[in-house]
Amino acid sequence: MGMKLLRMALAGAVVLGAMATSAALAQGITVGLITKTETNPFFVKMREGAQAKAKELGLTLISAAGKFDGDNDGQVAAIENLISAGAKGFAIVPSDSKAIVPTIKKARDAGLMVIVLDTPLDPMDAATATFATDNRKAGLLIGQWAAGTLGDKAKDASIVLLDLATNQPTVDYLRDQGFMAGFGIDVKDPNKYGDEDDPRICTHEISQGDQEKGRTAMENALQKCPNVNVVYTINEPAAAGAWEALKAVGKDDGSVLIVSVDGGCPGVANVKAGVIGATSQQYPLKMAAMALEAIASGTLPAIDPAAGFLDTGATLVTDKPVAGVESIDTAKGTELCWG
Amino acid sequence: MSDDASGVATAERGLKGAEQAVASFEEEDRGAVRRLQGFLHRFPTTIPLIVLLIGVVIFAFAAPGKFLSPLNLSVVLQQVTIVAILGIAQTLVILTAGIDLSVGLIMILCSVVMGRTAVVYGVPLIVAFPLGLAAGFACGFVNGLIVTMLRLPPFIVTLGTWSIFGALNVFYSRSETIRQQDIEAMAPFLQWTGTLIKLYDVGKALGLDLLFLKGWVVTYGSILMVVVAIVVWYILSRTAFGRHVYATGDDPDAARLSGINTNKTLIAVYALAGLICAIAAWVLIGRIGGVSPQAGQTANLDSITAVVIGGTSLFGGRGSIIGTLFGALIVGVFRNGLALSGLELLWQDFAVGVLIIVAVTIDQWIRKISA
Repeated sequence: MGMKLLRMALAGAVVLGAMATSAALAQGITVGLITKTETNPFFVKMREGAQAKAKELGLTLISAAGKFDGDNDGQVAAIENLISAGAKGFAIVPSDSKAIVPTIKKARDAGLMVIVLDTPLDPMDAATATFATDNRKAGLLIGQWAAGTLGDKAKDASIVLLDLATNQPTVDYLRDQGFMAGFGIDVKDPNKYGDEDDPRICTHEISQGDQEKGRTAMENALQKCPNVNVVYTINEPAAAGAWEALKAVGKDDGSVLIVSVDGGCPGVANVKAGVIGATSQQYPLKMAAMALEAIASGTLPAIDPAAGFLDTGATLVTDKPVAGVESIDTAKGTELCWG
Repeated sequence: MSDDASGVATAERGLKGAEQAVASFEEEDRGAVRRLQGFLHRFPTTIPLIVLLIGVVIFAFAAPGKFLSPLNLSVVLQQVTIVAILGIAQTLVILTAGIDLSVGLIMILCSVVMGRTAVVYGVPLIVAFPLGLAAGFACGFVNGLIVTMLRLPPFIVTLGTWSIFGALNVFYSRSETIRQQDIEAMAPFLQWTGTLIKLYDVGKALGLDLLFLKGWVVTYGSILMVVVAIVVWYILSRTAFGRHVYATGDDPDAARLSGINTNKTLIAVYALAGLICAIAAWVLIGRIGGVSPQAGQTANLDSITAVVIGGTSLFGGRGSIIGTLFGALIVGVFRNGLALSGLELLWQDFAVGVLIIVAVTIDQWIRKISA
């Protein structure tokens, strides 16, 4: 890492030397932002953060996205276009953290700086740098909060997990397993869910992170788990859908704790309204803005070599704090929220 | 039998008799198959009905005590309502030998127009709601206009408008979710379709103690689905326009020659389908409480699946609304039943795939014989 940083710094210095002063040099620099999809609010906000930063630094921003979550081909085409456009570098949220690696290598060989956001590559060091949220920690926080809130009752909990997809993408198992670890469940293989034998886990259902499918998943889960009192959700739309299902059977009386991850403005508002007990807030705007700054200046911020990536942070948002779990209230969460 | 035994003595006559019997048996067999085909041709909804009943029986055993509970069956009905309404719109289009790949996005766009206009821009609901319905009608109208005026295949046209409506959706919604509480505060009427009706309580209010209704719950959305189905069924089977729809799908040239304005018919069909998608949007808001520009991404294919499994021919001119309702219920029953049986989602997808292929195979078979 140190060597790489040094190399980056040298490369940055050369670039700086070749051009005039920093304010003027930004003129004419093209940078890219490639997200998984263009419709997911998380990425829409990321793009808005990038646009604001590009304007501030006087950069030309080319944004692109896959057609759907998992669309590797679309991202490959986007990278090829950026190479052709003579971009100085780009930030990317990879849809397929393995399949995109050869194309990223091609871009770096062509001299582009590649900063991977949110979802690390496999291997992680295929990128120039990675700025991400620690999704496992995000899960851990809500797991600890749920266990702390239940107190003694945690040992008799009945837990429903509304996950993302059957193929368990990185973000899916990291959040799920982080939650379990935080709750005090033996996760067995920490990179896979569904192999646990803790009797408190009643069922895993797939929500696809979608509000309507989240409701359907919760309705089906209720048939299997009539005594559910903890619902983990992959994101806040799924949580809102689960809430509708619980409300329909009169379980919106506080008897069921819902926890989630994202920290979008509607999600934080739902924490405030008592729909969601706690959510782990992430910061997509910050991620994108930092990446653009790094590409424009050619220098990376300090990265903890142990983690291997720059952690842009995850903060627990709740109005019912639990001793021993650091959190902020919804007023603060609303200030920091996105989407 | 006794005749045969006595006929052994007069061997030749007996043999003759046997040959004849075999020959006539074969003919009868072919006749039975033909009759079955004829029957299915006349009553194509029989097969989906049988598949639905088989599904119910299978899951009654596979998920004992869970699947057949009134609460769960009520939930299945709620789960299929949106797809069924989109399926009705899709049936109209498919009856004309077309296809509408944009129904799902028309629905999402309309839900965004209704919700965002009312809640974010503060426009009174009396304007915002009709605006949403008008948006659906307009989307369908555009589809129909392009299909007829540019004479392009509906598949291509709606593939294009699918993308266009998707872009408009992102443009207007900015991908921002509108929360259930905000709709409740500013436009509760949009959530009306999700209101639960406890059938037992309704009976009680009418002075009837109908115990068998205990646990059954329906939404106004599901009732709306039935109303839409009845209206469209009436239009298709009891009006001249309905006959024009079937005729246009069966043989557009013949329809034209017999004096039907097929272009007008097609434009009306797509526009009506768009309007029905807007009604589905209202039901969607009721179901999820809020407006999510992300919801319903698979609704296009789900609606086509319901239509095909319901026995409507992709080649046009043959099919029914009731079949589509059965088709939607079949998919819902299989998905819910498999989930309750503890199977992973991928096997639900697998089962739905098998159902589609079987349905189309049967459709082809019926067509071949009746032709």
